[in-house]
Amino acid sequence: MSEPVIHTEQLTRKFGEFTAVDAISFSVGEGEVFGFLGANGAGKTTAMKMLTGLLLPTSGKAAVAGFDVFTETESIKKNIGYMSQRFSLYDDLTARENIRFFGGIYGLSSASIQEKSKALLSSLDLLPVADSRLSDLPLGWKQKLAFSVALLHEPKIVFLDEPTGGVDPMTRRRFWDMIYEAADRGVTVFVTTHYMDEAEYCDRVSIMVNGRIAALDTPTAMKDSFGVTTMDELFIRLVRPGAGEGI
Amino acid sequence: MRVIGFLLQKEFLQIFRNKGMLPIIFIMPFIQLVILSNAATFDVRNVPFNLQDLDRTSLSERLSEQFTGSGYFQLTGESSTSPQALDVLVGRNADLVLVIPEGFEKELMRGGSAQVQLIINAEDGFSAGVIQGYTNDIITAFNRDLIPQLPGSAVGAPRQTISVRSSAWYNPELVYIDYMVPGILVVLVTLVGLFLSGMNVVREKEIGTIDQINVTPMKRYQFITGKLLPFWIIGLGELTLGLIIARFAFHVPMLGSYWLIYLVAGIYMLVVLGMGLLISTLTESQQQAMFIAWFFMVIFTLMSGLFTAIESMPHWAQNMTMANPVRHFVDIMRRVMLKGSGIREIATPLAILTADAGLMLTLAVNRYRKVSD
Repeated sequence: MSEPVIHTEQLTRKFGEFTAVDAISFSVGEGEVFGFLGANGAGKTTAMKMLTGLLLPTSGKAAVAGFDVFTETESIKKNIGYMSQRFSLYDDLTARENIRFFGGIYGLSSASIQEKSKALLSSLDLLPVADSRLSDLPLGWKQKLAFSVALLHEPKIVFLDEPTGGVDPMTRRRFWDMIYEAADRGVTVFVTTHYMDEAEYCDRVSIMVNGRIAALDTPTAMKDSFGVTTMDELFIRLVRPGAGEGI
Repeated sequence: MRVIGFLLQKEFLQIFRNKGMLPIIFIMPFIQLVILSNAATFDVRNVPFNLQDLDRTSLSERLSEQFTGSGYFQLTGESSTSPQALDVLVGRNADLVLVIPEGFEKELMRGGSAQVQLIINAEDGFSAGVIQGYTNDIITAFNRDLIPQLPGSAVGAPRQTISVRSSAWYNPELVYIDYMVPGILVVLVTLVGLFLSGMNVVREKEIGTIDQINVTPMKRYQFITGKLLPFWIIGLGELTLGLIIARFAFHVPMLGSYWLIYLVAGIYMLVVLGMGLLISTLTESQQQAMFIAWFFMVIFTLMSGLFTAIESMPHWAQNMTMANPVRHFVDIMRRVMLKGSGIREIATPLAILTADAGLMLTLAVNRYRKVSD
């Protein structure tokens, strides 16, 4: 593994008595596609919010792109892209306007916004609908656009929180092509998903159970060590109530 | 600066695309202005009035004619007994009963004085007071005309009396519209400013875009400025339209300086918008924000001196109104428009508003967090 761009040690977040993320430690290397798996409520989104500087951790240590998650959240934000669980572009603006807005607030020059906007719209085949409001477009198209917008300012790391939820298999396939293209350019991809076939596309995956990381390895090694043939099987074994204790 | 520019562009695009919002901003306030300005008047006219003339003489007739001819009272019926008169009051067929007892003329001519009874419906104490004022005027005038004709007064030499003649300054004809419009304008810009800014950030929370903003390196002051400036501009635009309507439709005088009005309004809008933003950061849904904004709006309006005089409130309530920005702006608007007050005369309320603006913005900026705890 190359130099880690995300590194956590005993990272913990409590909400009152409830521990949403319980002392997780892991590292993600540059250019890696890192799958962050877990059942609903396992703490994935909370962990991701801490790493993106949206939520302060309770204890532990973590650095993203070399910056501390307690004290340097604003520096982290310059170096990451983020695509939240909910569709988070502006539905009442057009594709072009969304690109201009997010490009603008990341400090891109007008010329650069123009150029990127054109390139992006044509590569996503969105040119014919570039001036329609996003509310009129299908979800799959919007998700691809949201991913491209998250990469607009050329971040080192991109965080994707269930980017393909509710999207058809064809579009999901195309979405993963885009993830690989980004990884090939050296962008680190940190992605959560509920689709086990997508887990297979990742370089490494971690599976969270009740706020802890229950397993972390490459998909192949993980299947071998648990003696199962599919990720589906593995996932169900790990997240079944009571199963997490034995590992 | 560029970042704020992009944010402004986005906000304006969204405001003008929101089909539900546009009428709220541009039509509703002016309907309110026109309706409220005409309806909110303290004038009491055409009071239904019942006559119980038990004397039936030329003098008693003269007195009742003074009432019907005054323009304030409208004769709706006559009664002959007290229970009858009470029925009329209870049935709201009259708010005033004038009882002229039997022997009224005889006593006046013989002894120089006589009594009449006035029964006023005082459900609404304010109107009752006004009605009483009118009746006093009428009876005083009746006395004045009658005294020389009474026995015992020297003919041709009326009694020496002190007559009080009042004239109202700054609103000589006591036109209520002149008094109400400046205040209603304040309520309108407050309404629009408070609700629009109160709903705005919480809306981004609801649809989830706030995370996408918070994960960018945008600075807090940039975000706040970009969020408030559009409504600041819209608020002053509304005020401008309102002032135009006041001038040309209602002919409200403008004795002071428009510059001064805009200076105050500019500061005042910061108070309102800061407050709206604070509400927005404290709430989780537009509904919550709406209810809180509404709560403050009602208290601010009712305690602003717009409809009820602050001087007639209990002492503790008067003190409370000092913290009410609407009160100060209503006060300033009336003083500047009707009296032509300059900046020195309004220095105190202006200083309070400026302090309020500072306080509200500081609170709002501090409450808005890019990183949640």
